[in-house]
Amino acid sequence: METLERIIAEHPFFTGLDRDFIALLVGCASNVHFKAGTYILKEGDPANTFYLIRGGRVAVEVVAPQHKPIIVSTLSVGEILGWSWLLPPFQWKFHARAAEDTRAIALDGKCLRIKCEENHDLGYEILKRFAQIMEQRLDATRLQLLDVYAVGR
Amino acid sequence: MTLTTTTEPMVSQPYVVCGVAKETPDTFTLTLEPEKENDRSLFQPGQFSMLWVFGVGELPISISGQALQRDQLVYTVRSVGQATHALVSQKVGDGIGVRGPFGTGWPIEAARGHDVIVVAGGIGLAPLRPVIYHVLLNRKQYGRLTVLYGSRSPRDLLYRRELSSWARQPDTQVLVTVDYGGLSWRGHVGVVTTLFKYARLQPARSIAMVCGPEIMMRFVTRELETHGLKREDIYLSMERNMKCAIGFCGHCQYGPYFICRDGPVFPYENIRTLLEKYEL
Repeated sequence: METLERIIAEHPFFTGLDRDFIALLVGCASNVHFKAGTYILKEGDPANTFYLIRGGRVAVEVVAPQHKPIIVSTLSVGEILGWSWLLPPFQWKFHARAAEDTRAIALDGKCLRIKCEENHDLGYEILKRFAQIMEQRLDATRLQLLDVYAVGR
Repeated sequence: MTLTTTTEPMVSQPYVVCGVAKETPDTFTLTLEPEKENDRSLFQPGQFSMLWVFGVGELPISISGQALQRDQLVYTVRSVGQATHALVSQKVGDGIGVRGPFGTGWPIEAARGHDVIVVAGGIGLAPLRPVIYHVLLNRKQYGRLTVLYGSRSPRDLLYRRELSSWARQPDTQVLVTVDYGGLSWRGHVGVVTTLFKYARLQPARSIAMVCGPEIMMRFVTRELETHGLKREDIYLSMERNMKCAIGFCGHCQYGPYFICRDGPVFPYENIRTLLEKYEL
């Protein structure tokens, strides 16, 4: 049987993370499963969790009044969902829905924030990893904003 | 390598439309046959023809069919202006003038024995489709085939049935994404560069061929380099307004090159610095 410790250590987001830090993370982690169509998080709700996706697909959606939701990105195995737990005001800024049956490890953001405050080395490792994800997604968003396939560009 | 079969490159050969297929709301694939039995066309994947819509004008269009299909030429055209609209409005039996093929092709010979990475954005899949056909027809001569294809939305995806069929071929990975997805879209959403993390690449033994809007190609080349591909193993297909197609008129000048004659397919290393120049 796979232990939480091993699953977390093998997730690409935590590649190379010190075993002692993984052991600290396990205390904040739990296995979760979302059936296709379930909302995992909703805009405006308190953000106290992030997810290491292990299987399935999650659609990140923007909802505007009188418009159908628009999927702005999808996340799959090996990716992470959610960083609003890391920064005030700790509120989700998008909806996220399981587009397929989705398995993930949920990490309790409150628990992690406390551990990161207590152990700045852990906090720095986590921030470095999130900064890299943010940079990749910012790059992708810039390209998306350019709308490069539109006619008349 | 340039392969030109016409002896008189400025003289159009008469062709007849024998098929029109709607790919997306604004993109159509035209199949042309030569009017004269002996006017067979050979082309290299990546080359283009000048298509003359009588009374409207002449357009450079990449060939999107199989290079071995000698009795027909296939073009996928997006209607974006008067001339392209006239072209996609052609009916079976209508006549079209064809010059070419012109320009450089994709490095299918150099890629033999290597993995092939095809990265396409929007209509950019059309000039790359002959490469995919070629690799699949000569499967043992190539390593893994990876196709990364991005489009604006699900309704803008080209060759949807073929994409599914390619994905079922051995040693072939096809990943498709759209920039924006509706709720009915079950696939990946995100720009084409976000597909790289799902691709099973072996950079040291791969050759990448990229076609799409220039900005997209800049982001893609950056991603390919990040994943370990050498610059000399990356090729891009460029596009500019062309008139003569044989390097005389200068309409398609791109720095020291004429895209019609020296391109449209270039080694990335040759044009890398030009890609960042606003004036070009």
